[in-house]
Amino acid sequence: MRIVVACKYVPDATGDRSFEPDGTVDRDAVDGVLSELDEYAVEQALQIAEAQGADTVALTVGPPDAVDAVRKALQMGVAEAVHIQDDAIAGSDVFATSAILAAAARKLEADLVLFGMASTDGGAGVVPALVADRLGIAALTFASDLSVNGSTVRISRESDTVVQQVEAQLPAVVSMTDRAAEARYPNFKGIMAAKKKKVTVWSLADLGPDVGAVGLESALSAVASAERRPARTAGQIVTDEGDGGVKLVEYLATHKFV
Amino acid sequence: MANVLVLIQSEGGQPTKPTLSLLTLARRLGEPSAVVFGAEVDLEMLGRYGASTVYQFEGAEYADYLVTPKAQALTALVADTRPVAMLVTSTDEGREIAARVALRSGSGFVHDAVDVLAGDAGPTTVQSVFAGNYTVTSRFEAGPAVIAVRPNAVEPAEAATPVVATVQPFRHVVSETATLARIVDTRVKASGSSRPELGGAAIVVSGGRGTGGDFTPIEEFADALGGAVGASRAAVDAGWYPHRFQVGQTGTTVSAQLYVAAGISGAIQHRAGMQTSKTIIAVNTDPDAPIFDLVDFGVVGDLKVVLPQATAEANGRRA
Repeated sequence: MRIVVACKYVPDATGDRSFEPDGTVDRDAVDGVLSELDEYAVEQALQIAEAQGADTVALTVGPPDAVDAVRKALQMGVAEAVHIQDDAIAGSDVFATSAILAAAARKLEADLVLFGMASTDGGAGVVPALVADRLGIAALTFASDLSVNGSTVRISRESDTVVQQVEAQLPAVVSMTDRAAEARYPNFKGIMAAKKKKVTVWSLADLGPDVGAVGLESALSAVASAERRPARTAGQIVTDEGDGGVKLVEYLATHKFV
Repeated sequence: MANVLVLIQSEGGQPTKPTLSLLTLARRLGEPSAVVFGAEVDLEMLGRYGASTVYQFEGAEYADYLVTPKAQALTALVADTRPVAMLVTSTDEGREIAARVALRSGSGFVHDAVDVLAGDAGPTTVQSVFAGNYTVTSRFEAGPAVIAVRPNAVEPAEAATPVVATVQPFRHVVSETATLARIVDTRVKASGSSRPELGGAAIVVSGGRGTGGDFTPIEEFADALGGAVGASRAAVDAGWYPHRFQVGQTGTTVSAQLYVAAGISGAIQHRAGMQTSKTIIAVNTDPDAPIFDLVDFGVVGDLKVVLPQATAEANGRRA
């Protein structure tokens, strides 16, 4: 079995993220990292590989620096990595991104494609479903746990009100939520081993003609404006002198919440 | 008048409040048509919100498999009725359905919109991104505009003139490729409370490290306001409150009318999950806590003292 785990390179959410004039994310303003939510997918890939044996491949799409995202996955224990890198990709929307990932998963002959539930920057959480749609395979999304038994894959999917068990046959796409098993930290041995692991770089041409149009120009929606929100006008702050609770409710009453 | 498809979600036979918000927004763009999956449909209510046409899809396949049968039926409906836009509520399932429909329809897709406007060149959307630090306005390069709207984006408002809603037959046969992910078991969680669901709640009261592990004051104040209870990552990581109540980047994103953060410092991780709330209130012992930068009203004080007093005051006013 071959497990491909998608690793998105995102601007660190603890930094001051901003936009370029063309409406794309400014990637130089803040350091990039592996999207935190993707670590749960990496962890799941490693657990399956450890329990029943599997090839593991970390896959990223992005500029040269995006190699840091798969590098982290390699340090955690993934065996090898593929980095799709092409100037034409810049500014791609979720549809183009899903086309690139689907083509790469097909080329890698993936049995199982794992994702985090969403990225910590774009945050739509739809790329896993779009990749599955393009590949014509099952999408088991928002999984809090995952098991693979022969060719059957099964997940738990939890909402506010229900817990569902969902099953499909491989090949399949699965996205893991942050309720799944905690991701491991890379240890010293893992970090040293990762230095020797291979990162294969592919261009769009390596993926063949199926990918279609990508990049900012072909995006189906466009950012008309991205404005930094003016600093909130300072709110009213009171110090509790024995009547803080009453003052709070008075404020709520003025605004018709009570 | 332009047709706008609106995906309806119902609870106990009635459209949910976020669904009514969608119908309200849809009327800005044209004439809403309601799309219902399942047997339950409240035609009278849909008519009051301006939907004269209702497409109803009944059939076990819509409940037995994850999203794909619904996405397929909607794709067929979009191709047939050529709407100017399709609106869904921005939940995990809603976004996934919308994205698949957009892919198959060659449409643009915007998620987590906090507003939808009728522009000169078609619908435009407003999103609040990067923990609320940026307001992004988007337009669509190819239609119909597929938009997933955050709950509570607008207050539901009935149409000026109610219409008569009628079910319009639309035949769709779900194909085999839509039935790959089968739901083999569904267990309803014992909620143990009558509080609203966190994701769509209009009022949320959240507790963090400052609770010291005792969420009683948080729960009691939430109940006094009729709100949902949330928790910061610090409180969840400490094992004080279940993960499903976590508000933040990892966890649930809320866009409440009123958000009360008690004993929460306001780390970026938390702010990302609540900053689009309309009115924000904080109670914290530390006057320098970053959460106070966001608030409309703040109390520097101990939540264990302030909240019980506020609960008593709120209950007293109601009595």
